[in-house]
Amino acid sequence: MAAIQVVRSEWTKIRSVASTVWTLSLAVVVTIALGMLISALSKNDFDRMSRGDRLSFDPTFISFAGMSLGQLAMIVFGVLVVSNEYSTGMIRTSLAAVPQRATFLISKIAVATGLALVVGLVTSFVTFFLGQAMLGEHKASIGDTGVLRAVIGGGIYMTLIAMFSMGVAAMLRSPMLSLGILMPFFFLISNILGNVSATKKIGRFLPDQAGSKIMQVVTPIDDDTPYGPWGGLGIMALWVLAALVGGYVLLKKRDA
Amino acid sequence: MIEAVGLTKRYGDKTAVYNLSFQVRPGTVTGFLGPNGSGKSTTMRMILGLDNPTSGQVTIGGYPYRRLPNAPRQVGALLDAKAVHGGRAARNHLLCLAQLSGIPARRVDEVLGVVGLQDVAKRRSKGFSLGMGQRLGIAAALLGDPQVLLFDEPVNGLDPEGILWVRNLMKALAAEGRTVFVSSHLMSEMAVTADHLIVIGRGQLLADMSIKDFISANSADFARVRTPDTEPQLREKLSSALTEAGGHVLPEQDGALRVTGLPLPRISDIAHDSDVRLWELSPHQASLEEAYMRMTQGAVDYRSTIDQKAGLMQPLPPGAQPPMPVPGQGQPDWYAPPPPQQGGQPFADGQRFAGAPGQPTAGPYAAPAPAPGAAPAAGGSPNPYAQAAPQPAAPNSVPSSDLTKPEDAR
Repeated sequence: MAAIQVVRSEWTKIRSVASTVWTLSLAVVVTIALGMLISALSKNDFDRMSRGDRLSFDPTFISFAGMSLGQLAMIVFGVLVVSNEYSTGMIRTSLAAVPQRATFLISKIAVATGLALVVGLVTSFVTFFLGQAMLGEHKASIGDTGVLRAVIGGGIYMTLIAMFSMGVAAMLRSPMLSLGILMPFFFLISNILGNVSATKKIGRFLPDQAGSKIMQVVTPIDDDTPYGPWGGLGIMALWVLAALVGGYVLLKKRDA
Repeated sequence: MIEAVGLTKRYGDKTAVYNLSFQVRPGTVTGFLGPNGSGKSTTMRMILGLDNPTSGQVTIGGYPYRRLPNAPRQVGALLDAKAVHGGRAARNHLLCLAQLSGIPARRVDEVLGVVGLQDVAKRRSKGFSLGMGQRLGIAAALLGDPQVLLFDEPVNGLDPEGILWVRNLMKALAAEGRTVFVSSHLMSEMAVTADHLIVIGRGQLLADMSIKDFISANSADFARVRTPDTEPQLREKLSSALTEAGGHVLPEQDGALRVTGLPLPRISDIAHDSDVRLWELSPHQASLEEAYMRMTQGAVDYRSTIDQKAGLMQPLPPGAQPPMPVPGQGQPDWYAPPPPQQGGQPFADGQRFAGAPGQPTAGPYAAPAPAPGAAPAAGGSPNPYAQAAPQPAAPNSVPSSDLTKPEDAR
């Protein structure tokens, strides 16, 4: 009963601020546009590729290339949904109205997650079809083995990124601090760790690297990743769980 | 009913609230006073279950807030008027709070009307003035039609109309049998709003009593006596006669006498017996502000000092007087009853000091320009003081402080 009220209230909150629309539409536009661009470039590049590269050419994964930037907008969405409460001081009013802090946090995250999932899935399907259209003769079909899994997985990936950000923001409270850590982490540090051979073994257990495995259909030839697509998504889900539990524990314990 | 027992809150090694015990009873407006940083807001947050007390507890109707059934329908609070998302429209802000506690949307429009914001309901609260923000915060507190209401500085930034409205609202809420707990720094407002006072300083309870008891316990009433300026020997004569009779006489800057320890009729009798004419004999009742200042002077954390303006002072033009220091800056005694204005028209001011019990006086730091209304203020009766203040063609203007002091002696 109480939870339904809180969910309704959180829905009102989320739809009544401009930042929701802005961050989510930015995520959609950037992901789709960049995916199309890179798909088009890859198509032109295909004929000059080495044989090995051609063998591991993954049209599905290429159409999701925009997610590396689009996920940043998802991060901003996740961070703002939670930290807006703190930066405005609204958290005091909210918690005075809902003294059950677990109900409050779970409802808030549930509403934002639901919205992110819808937006993520739509983005994923649109970016797949438009990306394939750009790829021309090298395109994959939605009916091919593993493709539907990759496309749905892409939507789930974006949702999990947003959830992870919500958990981090619930722990850190400040939007500036949360963004200042999450943005460089996902845009730079994770990529560097994942591409330098010495740190590759650690880097691939980071949430975005593990999670993005779900969008791969063709496994690269020399790939020795110890987990499959669902395993990778599972690793990412564990990260998300850890962040959310951390956020909840701190919210429960701390003075508002 | 709000009840705190041994409430203590420490942040690291700083103790914000220490061993605070008090009760806030239904049916009255209880004022919550204390200097900046004395722990008022911390206490309010603990009442609302936002901060956990280090020790002790505070309950509302017998329950700690977090275990209160249907808390938002029982307790409404205005903690910080700026605690809204600036990008959210006023109505949506209230709507999401209403939905949190299962209050129908119809109630949102009701409270928007109550606080007078119905015309800006769809506007983002970013563009709101401080006063509009306060109204929005009060609307949020009223949403659940709660029995217990907490207001932290509700009148900050409100216009005079808004202040009057808040005052009447608080009184009306209390009259309906609700518990109303209000903090404010505006003593004049508190004096006319609250029935009961809880005063804290440095996190500890200084007073928990009715406003009347508080004023009489913390300040002394006195009489101001003025003898004819033209005959200084009369002043000496009266002064010694009053001292002989057991009064305590203090001269004031402008030549008046401040007498304590003797009732007014007795002073008049003594003056008559010693053949001294009086130009003024006026009661001065202490204000809540004076009483408060006296009580909290030791517990003030942030005190202003005199601005030395080292290196910034312009050399004074020849013949100019150095400016008088502003009362209240770095002067430990500034809470003491102020002397009347210098030069001319002693009564215009003195009369205002003789305000109703518990009424704050217009202090020297708020002294209006010499009031031309001395004669009109006498209400048409022959004014024995007219000679002391040659009247210009005075308009029948009344000092602006009349609003709060309808029973001013006329």
